[in-house]
Amino acid sequence: MKNPKLITLSHGAGGLLSQQLITQQFAPLLEHAGQALNDAAVITINGTKIAFSTDSFTVSPLFFPGGDIGSLAIHGTVNDIAMMGGIPQYISLALVIEEGFSADDLDRIVQSIAEAADRCGVVVVTGDTKVVEHGAADGLFVNTSGLGEIPVRANVEPKRVAVGDALLINGTIADHGIAVMCAREKLDVSTEILSDSAPVSEITSKLIAELGEKVHALRDPTRGGLASTLNEIAAQAGVTVEIDQAALPILPQVAGVCEILGLDPLQVASEGKVLAFVDGSTADEALTVMKSCDGGQQAAIIGQVTSANWPQVCLRTPLGTTRVVEMPPGEILPRIC
Amino acid sequence: MKLIDEFHNPQKAYRLAQQIEEVVDQPLAFMEVCGTHSHVIARHGLTQMLPPQLRLISGPGCPVCVTPQEVIDAAIQLAREGLWLAVFGDMMKVPGSDGSLDEVRATGGQVQVVYSPMQAIEWAQENPDEQIVFMGVGFETTAPSVAICISEANELGLTNFSVLVAHRLIPPAMQALIAQPDVQIDGFLCPGHVSAIIGVHPYQPLAEQGIPCVVAGFEPLDVLQSLYMLAQMCRENKPQVLIQYDRVVKPEGNPTALAKMNEVFEVTTTRWRGLGEIPASGLRTRDSYARFDAQKRFALELKPVPEPPGCQCGAVLRGAVQPTECPLFGTACRPDHPVGPCMVSSEGACAAVYRYQIPTTTPSPT
Repeated sequence: MKNPKLITLSHGAGGLLSQQLITQQFAPLLEHAGQALNDAAVITINGTKIAFSTDSFTVSPLFFPGGDIGSLAIHGTVNDIAMMGGIPQYISLALVIEEGFSADDLDRIVQSIAEAADRCGVVVVTGDTKVVEHGAADGLFVNTSGLGEIPVRANVEPKRVAVGDALLINGTIADHGIAVMCAREKLDVSTEILSDSAPVSEITSKLIAELGEKVHALRDPTRGGLASTLNEIAAQAGVTVEIDQAALPILPQVAGVCEILGLDPLQVASEGKVLAFVDGSTADEALTVMKSCDGGQQAAIIGQVTSANWPQVCLRTPLGTTRVVEMPPGEILPRIC
Repeated sequence: MKLIDEFHNPQKAYRLAQQIEEVVDQPLAFMEVCGTHSHVIARHGLTQMLPPQLRLISGPGCPVCVTPQEVIDAAIQLAREGLWLAVFGDMMKVPGSDGSLDEVRATGGQVQVVYSPMQAIEWAQENPDEQIVFMGVGFETTAPSVAICISEANELGLTNFSVLVAHRLIPPAMQALIAQPDVQIDGFLCPGHVSAIIGVHPYQPLAEQGIPCVVAGFEPLDVLQSLYMLAQMCRENKPQVLIQYDRVVKPEGNPTALAKMNEVFEVTTTRWRGLGEIPASGLRTRDSYARFDAQKRFALELKPVPEPPGCQCGAVLRGAVQPTECPLFGTACRPDHPVGPCMVSSEGACAAVYRYQIPTTTPSPT
């Protein structure tokens, strides 16, 4: 008979299986686990709305072109808070270190954490360190949690996405996933591909400051890429999102690696990007705001919400044909030939 | 990325689509043999640009799909017994009779995804106390690099490296397909990468039997142009073998790769999932390299395993059934819990349709 169900790498890949894990296995036991489908929880303390988020980082290799696990751990949590409209303020830091880990490498990582926190305007206020036996962790795992106050003007949540909304992104897609994959698999690419790991909180706070409630939803396309993130939003809002392939910013070398390995760049992670759904009438204004920010120079309007008949994500190709963008099932694997 | 952009030019695509419409004057069914073509066609929505009289059928050119279940089972068995297995990514999720390699890895089995078989050689050198088995699947595209690996392992004197050889050859399968009474094929879109190795001569007998063949590239314009070439040959009733993908494929193929394949492997009769046994359609290691053959080294017995109940992968691979006609499609069988191999591989016909096709009716919520 069939084996008992096991957790596989696909359950952690941000796709369909990750979603099922949350909705089917966690939500029935943990009342508010449904909020985990958002990037951060929104809690209210004495009338003040706070975005609260946690994330664990297990990237391999720990150092990759364009970043390392330290800066990634800060940017990741800062961005999750920003996606609920929060202004990131306080961060906790927990390290699980494998016995035998290089103290010099740890120094470099902590230095990187400090610099990233400084850049994001957050402070690390509490932390924890555990050392486990050799073989019980892959070098170093990092967990960060963070808090940030949500300004009164902000009203972002996926449910607010509606027909007529414009969809924007602040730059090229899939850089982080491909940079890490090239570094891990030692793929020789003539033009180095850098991770885009960076905070997007400046972009989100400016968008909210300028456009207020016209900003309907924000989401960072990390694991599972645009495909996963947009399908989640489409499902939560019950809408069809149509993206325009010709408008999607992508670096030629990233597109090239995806082509060779048979990967869909729409399913590959970014770590310094935000997808913004804004009221269609403010699309150009939102684009101007994004372009004026650090990390937003290549911003583009990449799609719109076309109907509320059925939750799905479609892609219009440059040939004028349309196809579905499905929720990635799980771990992305390169093809044979 | 100028080169790729060139092959996505919308104006050129429209013109080709128009030309295709002009020459198709009867119902035609072309088979794209290669899974990568199925994927490209679905991903770019190319069927939306074609006249209704022209039907495309996905063929058996998906390595994962045609690998019989007993080979998957053998790989799973080896990994469960503590051997270290190196595989191409697509193989991880293929359901065996009992679990998948993905699940074996989750329970501590040593299963590593590699991009090239040479990584398996490196793995063997780094771990001399472990037996490393590479799962050699795929067609004439992957077989030469696996042959090079075996030859390299021989020169290095490696005693801990072997290959579970499950390579299959495309032209004999195409011959078997046109012999089927229930599937009408009016032309073949021949695989670009396979043809880069074998050249065009192996397709000649098909043209002589009245089936035009075009070796096609993998960009949208390549596919459209190749379909146009096929349709034109049908209209003029002049079946030939033509190369559209001439920036990569030479008529004679790659003699060096063929020689290496021939040095290490010999042709044998083999079983294909869905197509059954086809004469001279597989490869096995020659006696001089027998010690690198995992099946021999570990005395593996490969007994045919029946298909999962209800699974139509066999009929899909023969072109007799469209993926959406399978009763399990999209319900019991989905990429997150595949029943048959056509839903697993990114090159599988069912996965391509599931991933990219806009549902014509409103799907039921899952």
